[in-house]
Amino acid sequence: MVRQLAIAGTAAAILVLAGAVFFATRGLPASGRRAAAAPTGAAAPAASAPTGRKIKARLFYVAEDGTRLTSLERDVAYGESADEQAREIVAAQIAPVVEPLVSAIPPGTTLRAVFITKSGEAYVDLSREARVAHPGGTVDELLTVYTIVNALTVNLPAVTVVQLLVDGKEVDTLSGHVDLRRPLAMNLTWVQ
Amino acid sequence: MNARLHSLFPVVVTAAFLTVLAGMLSSQAPTQPALTLLSKDGRRALPMALVADQEFVALDELAPAFQLTVHEESLGAVTVSYKGKTIVLTPDQALASVAGRLVSLPAPPSRSGRRWLVPVEFISRAVSLIYDAPLDLRKASRLLVIGDLRVPRITARYDSFGSSGRLTIDATPRATATVTQEAEHLTLKFDADALDVANPPLPTPGSPGLILGLRVVDATTMAVDLGPRFAGFRATSQPVDTIMRLVIDLVVAQTDAAAAAPATPAPPPPPPSDLPPSFGQTVSAFRTIAIDAGHGGDDEGVRSAEGVKEKDLTLAIARRVRSVIEARLGLRVLLTRDDDRSVPVDERASLANNNQADLFVSLHANGSMRRNASGASIYVAAFDRDAAQASAGGGERVPTFGGGSREIELVPWNLAQTRHLDQSSAFAALLQQALQEHVPLSARPIERAPLRVLESANMPAILVELGYLTNPEQAKMLASDAFQNSVAQALLDAIVKFRDAVPGGGTH
Repeated sequence: MVRQLAIAGTAAAILVLAGAVFFATRGLPASGRRAAAAPTGAAAPAASAPTGRKIKARLFYVAEDGTRLTSLERDVAYGESADEQAREIVAAQIAPVVEPLVSAIPPGTTLRAVFITKSGEAYVDLSREARVAHPGGTVDELLTVYTIVNALTVNLPAVTVVQLLVDGKEVDTLSGHVDLRRPLAMNLTWVQ
Repeated sequence: MNARLHSLFPVVVTAAFLTVLAGMLSSQAPTQPALTLLSKDGRRALPMALVADQEFVALDELAPAFQLTVHEESLGAVTVSYKGKTIVLTPDQALASVAGRLVSLPAPPSRSGRRWLVPVEFISRAVSLIYDAPLDLRKASRLLVIGDLRVPRITARYDSFGSSGRLTIDATPRATATVTQEAEHLTLKFDADALDVANPPLPTPGSPGLILGLRVVDATTMAVDLGPRFAGFRATSQPVDTIMRLVIDLVVAQTDAAAAAPATPAPPPPPPSDLPPSFGQTVSAFRTIAIDAGHGGDDEGVRSAEGVKEKDLTLAIARRVRSVIEARLGLRVLLTRDDDRSVPVDERASLANNNQADLFVSLHANGSMRRNASGASIYVAAFDRDAAQASAGGGERVPTFGGGSREIELVPWNLAQTRHLDQSSAFAALLQQALQEHVPLSARPIERAPLRVLESANMPAILVELGYLTNPEQAKMLASDAFQNSVAQALLDAIVKFRDAVPGGGTH
């Protein structure tokens, strides 16, 4: 058990390091870098920050058939640390979109906080709308959950699993179906 | 030890036999009921008296059987002593003081002439507390097992399936039986010291042409008498909780010529090759189905534009499914809710687990952010790798007393579904087949997802999203009688196939 922990710890450390290298190779230190420390509200889409450095990130939206996600590459503000970058990605992901895009994030949902543990678990704390404004249905809930999980795990190699929180607390589910008691790994089954 | 006991003290325990024995051994009238005392020293009958439906035994007859000393005190109390420990009985009080501890009795002791009568429960509730050996009173079969004897209770039932039939024999506590075929009967030899056989042994009549009856042969042997149409059998046994369940499937002769001349039954042909006599396989023991009507109470689930609520839809369909299955298959159907109330997700699976359901079906209606999404989907639980490993790794080595270690099964309760995933998928495939004849399916009709309600279900379990309430056309369809009847029919078809076709279908 101790040995397994040690191996897991080492693996996580390597992943964090890899993540750091990933970002470092993505460009020069920016002047006028976007301040990323404050949680970005859904009303202020990070992708539209005009002066900041950007990275390309793959974001997820509801596909035409309504039963899967589709992904597209969008500009997302650069974050200096993995935590900051994660925050920018989630903020961009949950920002309202206009047709023809459809977001699987319940309307009004904002991001309260994101942090990444040394072992590569990202904790994403969403506002209560993620639950109370959720329209229900297994597919809708799966798409909501895997929008966030995939946005982080696909774009940030440092993140291996994502634990969703709502209003600062662990929740069983968003609308009664998908088990959120454990962190979830990337799952591209739900992406076209 | 067991073999020695068995050979030294052969005992036959059937209630019918007992009644006769009681008549011979007791001083009472032959119709008087008797309690059979079964110990390693053999068997003896203790006469019982029935007063207002309560069975009594006489203290003066009980005393020698258990080396008890009975003493009548001056104030009317009766003391019963055994190896320095004392039970005090007081007339007109349904209580006994056993070594200072009060226990209740179903009736007070009563005097009959010079004798004291005590309720038969006096043995299990009072004497057993001070007696050296375990005393196991089985009221239903009027049997008292003294000491560590293995005396399983044997119950049997017969079900016919078309022209074939199935004999199910439960031994509680578990005792395995070997089945051998002789000319005109099957011999069931139980690994036990004696049998406690229900009377009659077979309450449901067999099929006259296939089996003629079930009877006791000796202390640990029973026999199934075979009819002229019998062609072969398959015997399998499996533990179900504290029960060892022996299932004997009886196959009818292909040509029914034998039935025309029952007086001269031909020697039984060898069993068909697809049904070899075998033992120790798992078998279907399909009894109970849990139907989960999704959502309820404050949790409405998805709501259609016209106001159809998922919680109402799932309840309506669950009730239809229940009545169809109960009427057509005679299976027990549990609903996780039978009204409009909120039931926590964990309670839904717990209800199924606690009732040892053989299948768990959760009914839902889907929703999508896009109105055009349509079709039914069946979900099987999915687990992330770490969770799957935690349980599929299964055992953990634990040290044992006296050195060494052994493997024990450790599956966290909330991952109970991990060991049923294959069967859950098998049922999902059968349900897809059955549904597609009646109901539009989505492009990927079977999905795997980490669904909370399925994960702790300790039996094959699926969740079915019957269609999209967010799609106006589908919402209309979902609310229709025709659709709901189709779903009930499809579930029935899938359950029948699952019960009959999947090896070990629905076993625990």
